[in-house]
Amino acid sequence: MDPTHEVEILLVEDNPTDIELTLRALTSRHLANQLFVCRDGAEAIDFFFGNAPNALRDIGVTPRVILLDLNLPKVDGLEVLRRLKGDERTRTIPVVVLTSSAEQPDIAAAYRLGANSYIVKPVDFEAFSRAVSDLGLYWLLVNRPPH
Amino acid sequence: MSPLRDWPIKRKLTAILLLISGLVLVLTSAAFVTYQVVTFRGTIQSHLATRSRILAANSTAALAFANEADATEILAALKYDPHMVAAALYNQDGRVLATYPVAATADLIPAAPQPDGYRFQGGRLVGSTPVAQGGKRLGTLYIASDTKDVSDALRLSGVIAIVVLAIAMLAAYALAAALQGRISAPILALAETATAVSTRQDYSVRAPKLGEDELGTLTDAFNQMLVRIEDQDRELRRYATELEQRVAERTQELQERHEAVRRNAAELLAANQELDAFAYSVSHDLRAPLRSIDGFSHVLLEDYAAQLDQAGRDSLQRVRAASQRMATLIDDLLKLARVTRAEMRTEVVDLSGMARDIVAELQRATPERHVEFAIAPGLEARGDPRLLRVALDNLLRNGWKYTAKQPRPQIEFASTNVNGERAFVVRDNGAGFDMKYADKLFGVFQRLHSAAEFEGTGVGLATVRRIITRHGGRIWAEGAVDRGATFYFTL
Repeated sequence: MDPTHEVEILLVEDNPTDIELTLRALTSRHLANQLFVCRDGAEAIDFFFGNAPNALRDIGVTPRVILLDLNLPKVDGLEVLRRLKGDERTRTIPVVVLTSSAEQPDIAAAYRLGANSYIVKPVDFEAFSRAVSDLGLYWLLVNRPPH
Repeated sequence: MSPLRDWPIKRKLTAILLLISGLVLVLTSAAFVTYQVVTFRGTIQSHLATRSRILAANSTAALAFANEADATEILAALKYDPHMVAAALYNQDGRVLATYPVAATADLIPAAPQPDGYRFQGGRLVGSTPVAQGGKRLGTLYIASDTKDVSDALRLSGVIAIVVLAIAMLAAYALAAALQGRISAPILALAETATAVSTRQDYSVRAPKLGEDELGTLTDAFNQMLVRIEDQDRELRRYATELEQRVAERTQELQERHEAVRRNAAELLAANQELDAFAYSVSHDLRAPLRSIDGFSHVLLEDYAAQLDQAGRDSLQRVRAASQRMATLIDDLLKLARVTRAEMRTEVVDLSGMARDIVAELQRATPERHVEFAIAPGLEARGDPRLLRVALDNLLRNGWKYTAKQPRPQIEFASTNVNGERAFVVRDNGAGFDMKYADKLFGVFQRLHSAAEFEGTGVGLATVRRIITRHGGRIWAEGAVDRGATFYFTL
């Protein structure tokens, strides 16, 4: 397997600012090398289940963790989560919901659909940066996925 | 045959009439026959007596001279009367001088003369008459006659009586049959009318009136009763129709109201969903740009620190502080919105225990502070535990916050009686407030202290009031500047 093509973190996020701040937070811990971004829910579903040539699934890579925003264009985050957790091939990939919504119904729905973690993005950049880098470290280095 | 009481009236009347006339006729006939017989017997007795006296008068010479032949001849004249059965002449000594018929047997002629007088004896009329001349009794004449005339007369009168009886009974039956209608017809008409009323429920029929007698009165009364029943029936029907109509109207009204309620509920649901969507967008969409502001201020401070002087760095720090304060405001507003639309689940809540939990939490979060708490035990209330916890948390946290500058901070949670109503009390000895502004205490974003003095968004007490109001309670506060504040609430 070509290590340059290995995707470790899949970020599903539509807000370019949040993408950049996430990237910055991960870079500070040198975790941004194998990051792939999907800018809406449809793109994320294509990534795993589509026939597009750039669907990285085709070359046999599986992300170590998926950071999923909920409020997404086209297909919303909960639907993406439902598809991922409803499919045998993607069920075991850890999904961390990373969203601005602190609404109880969203949190409940995410966990019901099988989310592995739910994080409300702090407004304070330092807190945000800490949260993102912590979760990156945890899922990439501390957590042991199935093989 | 059915018993007498079940007979139709017609038959009863006829039977009664026949019975009465029969009885009268039988009694009359019996009296007639008896009279006939008695009269006839008297008549033939008197005839026999007359005949005897004539015969006795004619027999004096024969007896006086004891001339048997003459006596026999005199008696033989009796043969012209076919009813004569026997006769005898006795002389003074009571010896039989002559008999009729000449060869009369001993059973026809008594051996000795009988006492004078006449009597019926063994189906015959017998009599003895003295034969006397010049006051001197010469002997006795015995005579016996059959009573065929009497029995003939009896038979005839019997036959007459039976014939009369039969004719009279027939006439009585005919009359009874003809006349019983006068009485039975109105009764039958009444009965028919009553049957018609009861079987067809037709109250418009009337019994025909056939006279002015008691039955006429009865018919009138019956008809009047029918009139009244008909009126009442009509009235009842009218009421029933009215009632049905009213029920239909009510049902329609209820349906309309139900529809309106359903529409309202749907509208309310839509409004709630809108509110949810609004809260969601506030939660998500307002926070994202704030994060950008804060994040890129930070980027500026990190990456371009060398190009910025102290004033520039301060300004950026202020931008960051403002964005974070706005984030707090948004969070508090969301909490308020959540309190407003949260579903209520009422149960008995242990407020004392809840207060102890909150206090423990506060002490854990700021262990360096030492506040004296007095929580009355056993305070309970009915309400939504989640919402009441938010309210109590806000009140105790307020006390905690505003006693920060007090050397010996004290906070109390208890209950008291206000005008006969139980009120819960949260009292502190902190900064307090001016009663002039008491009405501003519970307004959204209303603050009585500057952020420099005590930080806060001015949403907490508004949230508390909303929770208390949703429980149907009231909340009010008393206080003075630097002498603490007391919050009262009822549930």
